[in-house]
Amino acid sequence: MVLVEQSLNGLQFGLLLFLLAAGLTLVFGIMDFVNLAHGSLYMMGAYFAATFTAWTGSFILGVLLALGATLLLGIVLEFVALRHLYGRDHLDQVLATFGLILFFNDAVRLIWGPAGLALPLPAWLTVPVQIIPGVYYPAYRLSIIIVALAVAALLYVVVMRTRIGMLIRAGASNREMIGALGINIKLLFTLVFGLGAALAGLAGLMQAPILTVQIGMGENILILAFVIIVIGGIGSIRGAFLAAIFVGMIDTLGRAFLPDLLRTVLSSAAASTAAPALSSMLIYLLMAIVLVVRPEGLFPAAKR
Amino acid sequence: MKKTFWLAGAMALALAQPALGADSIKIGFVSTFSGPTAAIGNDMRNSFELALDHMGRKMDGKPVEVIYEDDGQKPDVGKQKTEKLIQSDKVDFIVGYIWSNVLLASLKTAVDSKTFLISANAGPSQLAGELCSPYVFSTSWQNDQTPQAMGTYMNQKGVKSVFLIGPNYAAGKDMLAGVKSTFKGQVVGEEYTVWPSQLDFSAELTKAKNSKAESIFVFYPGAAGVQFLNQYAQAGIKAQIPLYTAFTIDELSLPLQKENALGVPGAQQWVNDLPNPENKKFVEDYRKKYPNLRPTFYGAQSYDAAQLINSAVVAVKGDVTKKDAMKAEMEKANFKSVRGPFKYGKNHIPIQNFYLQDVVKDADGQLALKTVATIVKDSQDGFHDKCPMK
Repeated sequence: MVLVEQSLNGLQFGLLLFLLAAGLTLVFGIMDFVNLAHGSLYMMGAYFAATFTAWTGSFILGVLLALGATLLLGIVLEFVALRHLYGRDHLDQVLATFGLILFFNDAVRLIWGPAGLALPLPAWLTVPVQIIPGVYYPAYRLSIIIVALAVAALLYVVVMRTRIGMLIRAGASNREMIGALGINIKLLFTLVFGLGAALAGLAGLMQAPILTVQIGMGENILILAFVIIVIGGIGSIRGAFLAAIFVGMIDTLGRAFLPDLLRTVLSSAAASTAAPALSSMLIYLLMAIVLVVRPEGLFPAAKR
Repeated sequence: MKKTFWLAGAMALALAQPALGADSIKIGFVSTFSGPTAAIGNDMRNSFELALDHMGRKMDGKPVEVIYEDDGQKPDVGKQKTEKLIQSDKVDFIVGYIWSNVLLASLKTAVDSKTFLISANAGPSQLAGELCSPYVFSTSWQNDQTPQAMGTYMNQKGVKSVFLIGPNYAAGKDMLAGVKSTFKGQVVGEEYTVWPSQLDFSAELTKAKNSKAESIFVFYPGAAGVQFLNQYAQAGIKAQIPLYTAFTIDELSLPLQKENALGVPGAQQWVNDLPNPENKKFVEDYRKKYPNLRPTFYGAQSYDAAQLINSAVVAVKGDVTKKDAMKAEMEKANFKSVRGPFKYGKNHIPIQNFYLQDVVKDADGQLALKTVATIVKDSQDGFHDKCPMK
């Protein structure tokens, strides 16, 4: 029973990470663009959702408006700032998007203040539901799992079955060639970036009722997203999906069972201290192993 | 940029005319002014500024200059800022410190330079015990004291078993040790989480739920408290297992925790509605000066820190080189604390009352903290015996 529940916790955390990592891997893989400000878009999604929900009084409406707003913000950001950086060195991109993190943090501080916001859930999402007899699971966490799976399926269909998806895949394999074939690569990039932004925004606003809506909320979690795209293979949505679930599971199950495991060999006090440190290291260990064994990631996108 | 410019200017001036510095009281203030916990630092700064306003921004007729520095909640940064304030700004007092690990990293610099350090929040056990110093005072508490009061309250309520959850750093360990030292029931489980990066507590909550413990105790200051409480309520555990807290619900987190915090008790040495006149003045003027904000215990402790410094400066008639006399005066705690009168132990940690606070709806329909009862009178920390000071 505990194992079922903890696995669900891990799955939910992993799927949430997938939403964040999917956008990042699209932008990184297809546009060859390192976007550190991805975490800022995650934060903006949460702030938009909290604001729109307060304005409209409806959680669903607030979420939909926030999704549109993050998409729009992503497109504007790409158009105004980022498209001038595509030809540049990765280091330039890192510097510029790091600057954007500072910009967004301070913009949020100016607009919403330093204290953070609350995104309260509607009553029907705050009750635990019985999933199998005797096991109750928070409705909202369950809804994260459902939404993220739906998004994953949708992404699969779009990328694998539509013309846009074909272009995206082609862009990931060989940028110059699809430009030469007369595809409007600029428009495609704007679209991809907007999509990535909306995914980051979705992750941020889904996470918001569980965590807080606060300045800098995207920075810690962005590191995990980078770990995931490295493990999964840069540019690969499938890789991001599987790696995110791996990472979510390892992190949660590590926290759940490692302390008890360590207590069998160490003293209780030492185990309590060592376990959280060790369990937070596990995913980085996984990344290190993947980098050694398969530097291109577990499920790399097809390369040129 | 502007700040650097002014600092550079001030430093140049200090070099040119060394005598000028003696005409003002210089205070360095280290707290967190950026990142997720910046709201705490802001509240401390607001309260410290209010205290200075109440003093006419002078101590014994001398103008007061405060230099605020941001530690970013990082021990290494806090240490750097402390060194900068002491070595290049040459402050007379250094105040602030929310985080025990930041304070512990910064402590040696202050003590070695014989600069008075006043902790307006952090209270690691080492500070009360073996690392106590004539130059260090606290206007807060030792970390264990507040959870000890909570443990006592849980005994009073007849709670038989508890599951403990806290962050894996100096204060987290002190807090859980504090509850364990007074709670007479059974400790069913004890979980530490990665601090400050872990935001999701689902694994720990699931364990607590399945442990069949009668109660849960947590310590999660700042935004983590919001996250924990929201997740606790969403998981439906609130209806099954009551939660007891220390430093998890305050005036900063409450607007974000909302109804999830209703009826969750906490222990504290200061609550906004304590009936003494100084406290009324503090709370009322704070709300007037900073509309839409309410002071927290962090602020109350910072307000007291300003008063403590003032008492010392007045006692030596503004001659801040008389360190022994200032130390002797501060040891008397000779000022009107907003928590009501208290005494100092020989380790310079307050001996004080702890109250039970609850979340209720106030007259305006807003959620507010309210004093319910006094849990312990004149509580002294358990580490004063280890302090070699007389």
